[in-house]
Amino acid sequence: MSSKASLQRTGDSAFKRMDHVSSELFTLTYGSLVLQLIEDFEDYAEVNNQLERMGNNIGQRLIEEFLAKSRVSKCGDFAETCEVIALVGFRMFLGVTGTVSQSAKEPHVCHITLASNPLLDFVELPDEAKGVLQYSNILVGVLKGALEMVQMRVDVEVVHDPLVGDEATELKLTLLEIINDEPPPDDE
Amino acid sequence: MNSFFVMVGSDDTLLFENQVINNGKAASLASVGLSSGMDKADQKDVLTHFVLFSALDVVDEEMWRTQNMFLRKVDKFEEWEVSAFVTAGNIRFLILHDARNDDGIRTFFTRVYDLYMKMALNPFYKLNSPITSPSFAAKVRALADEHL
Repeated sequence: MSSKASLQRTGDSAFKRMDHVSSELFTLTYGSLVLQLIEDFEDYAEVNNQLERMGNNIGQRLIEEFLAKSRVSKCGDFAETCEVIALVGFRMFLGVTGTVSQSAKEPHVCHITLASNPLLDFVELPDEAKGVLQYSNILVGVLKGALEMVQMRVDVEVVHDPLVGDEATELKLTLLEIINDEPPPDDE
Repeated sequence: MNSFFVMVGSDDTLLFENQVINNGKAASLASVGLSSGMDKADQKDVLTHFVLFSALDVVDEEMWRTQNMFLRKVDKFEEWEVSAFVTAGNIRFLILHDARNDDGIRTFFTRVYDLYMKMALNPFYKLNSPITSPSFAAKVRALADEHL
């Protein structure tokens, strides 16, 4: 199992290899996307769904790029997977790193905390959207989609969100099952 | 110094206002003019808005005579003066004040402009709509305390 420091180095060098865009351009583009969805669907719950679906789509493709460019080795367990996501994945695609916390009692649950979330710069939710709209829900979809492509079915949830007054963005990842794609026994 | 600060959108709607009243002198503004059945507070509001919005005509002329965004004193009403600032997006900042303080007002305008820019980047804020964000209001109040 690779150490945190070496993962951090892997993340940094992967970040350097990526093309970069201005973070404001990114934040504002995402903001107008969310707003357009709100205008089109007029229902925050449905907007959450749409964001997750988009994220899922992104995640399924992003995992290829991640595996091709990040040069990480095979993960031993779910906890290591979460470390790789937090230190390499987020660093590569969003330029930030997360910290992972996990309790020994629940090895299949991981919390990733992002001290800064570039999606949220400048954003202030209107009162009626607080607690209903999951503004960062695209991350949920991305993680689910990407992990599903590497045989992990996970449930992801935004448990803390600075937009409703929390200190940092916190994502809770629950491993539901490792998808076993061995062919059925009677397969030729 | 007593001051009434307003932000006026490019379509002349009121976006935001903030008042700082330090002493009883502000009441003198209320005692001028209007003598209808309204109570004191209402009269003052109406009159302030009237004075500030009538200064907009002067601002619209004055802004073409200078390269600066800060227009200094543009209008006068009794012992009150109106200072103005015009942003690139034609949002007008106006202050009705009773003491000369060009430097303080200039700094205040520039800092509020900075706040406004950040606030305008919020995707949930529709341009030229009234600013309802409590954090924006709190920051402007703090700036007013510091510079005015």
